[in-house]
Amino acid sequence: MPREHVARQPFPALRFVLLIALSVAVMALDNRSHYLVGVRSVLSVVLYPLQSIAAWPEAIADSGHRWFGERSELAHENQRIKEEQLLLKARLQRMVALKAENLRLRELLGAAEAAADEALVAEILEVSLEPFTQRVLLDKGASDGVREGQPVIDADGVMGQVVRVTPFRSTVILITDPSHAIPVYVKRNHLRGILYGTGSQYVLDLPHMTPMSDVRSGDELVTSGMGGRFPIGYPVANVTTVRADPNEAFLQIQATPLAGLDRSRQVLLVRSRPESGLGDE
Amino acid sequence: MSSFVTRRTRRSRFRFFAVPLTFVVALVLMAVPLPDWALHWRPDFVSMVLIYWCLALPHRVGLVSAFALGLVVDVMHGGLLGQNALAKVLIAAVVIWIHLRMRMFPLWQQALVVLGLICLHQAVMLLTYNFTGGIQVNWRYLLPAVSSMVLWPWLFILLRDLRRASGTR
Repeated sequence: MPREHVARQPFPALRFVLLIALSVAVMALDNRSHYLVGVRSVLSVVLYPLQSIAAWPEAIADSGHRWFGERSELAHENQRIKEEQLLLKARLQRMVALKAENLRLRELLGAAEAAADEALVAEILEVSLEPFTQRVLLDKGASDGVREGQPVIDADGVMGQVVRVTPFRSTVILITDPSHAIPVYVKRNHLRGILYGTGSQYVLDLPHMTPMSDVRSGDELVTSGMGGRFPIGYPVANVTTVRADPNEAFLQIQATPLAGLDRSRQVLLVRSRPESGLGDE
Repeated sequence: MSSFVTRRTRRSRFRFFAVPLTFVVALVLMAVPLPDWALHWRPDFVSMVLIYWCLALPHRVGLVSAFALGLVVDVMHGGLLGQNALAKVLIAAVVIWIHLRMRMFPLWQQALVVLGLICLHQAVMLLTYNFTGGIQVNWRYLLPAVSSMVLWPWLFILLRDLRRASGTR
């Protein structure tokens, strides 16, 4: 240690108290208001290169795999994708017919046309966040049109929603986060409920269902569109266990998310067209 | 003689970058993706580097640096602003409070202090998560403290050599 500083320095008590108060104030302000969005944006743009550097090992491994990947493996993958595409196209043809029919029926009923959803493809960045929070970082931000509260889905189901947007990145809270809730209904009988995260990647909680309600294990839960945040009809989870405890007022229902929360790299940011009514909050 | 002079100037130029550079490297290490089994074992590099500089150069790296660094980590993690700032100001204060004594400790005792400090850091973070609805944790939540303790002697020697080589005071 440098000898000239052995003399004891006075403890900066005032500074300590001020900074502690400041951090608490910042937390309260950031939690309750939008005053600090600017600070966050500026800092995140400054930090952008750091996160890019951190993602290098994965990117290098990825491109290496692409360059040196086995030809047969690629051919196999190509084949698989072609088959899948064919299957999806066939399904889409039926969709088109159904959609036309649906439209006609809606016209007969005089109901408004259901809003079509637009989607933006984003990639989950291989950047670690806190291991105990259920959040991921996307490579699209405000400059790409991402907005706070936008639903995020993958090929299999709903993943979560955008909680923070900075110019080039956005943070997504997954449906498994304990502070997240999503309005759903049981696809079989349109029974409504609210699905909560538990902090575990494979378990969701469906509380407040009375013992009389008809929920069985294997039921599919889809978004109900209540609350206006998630568009209606996207698959969310499958019910795994339903337990009726006579001492409890409600059923204990657990479900597993359908989306590949720990597998998907590509996700879709859904945006309902503005004319879907139910304006902005 | 002339070579001596150039060496001095080069050193003094690097002097200003040594501290920020170590922080930048630590920040990158915090974000590098790890396989699932190693995720909870990631040492808290940023806090460790902060502890080192508060220990070695308390007149240069102190509470304000800890606060700024905390904000940076918060933005990187996409969490609530101020969480890491609060935790890091606290551990920096403890280190500055005991830095003269801690310098006299053998490395293994210092490592124990680091274990305690990172545990404190994690505990404060856990408290602040209650602001946003809380998180569920288990015993793995304290693993970064253990891995930081194990890594401390190596990091200490590395940073000490860097400090001496760069002439940072």
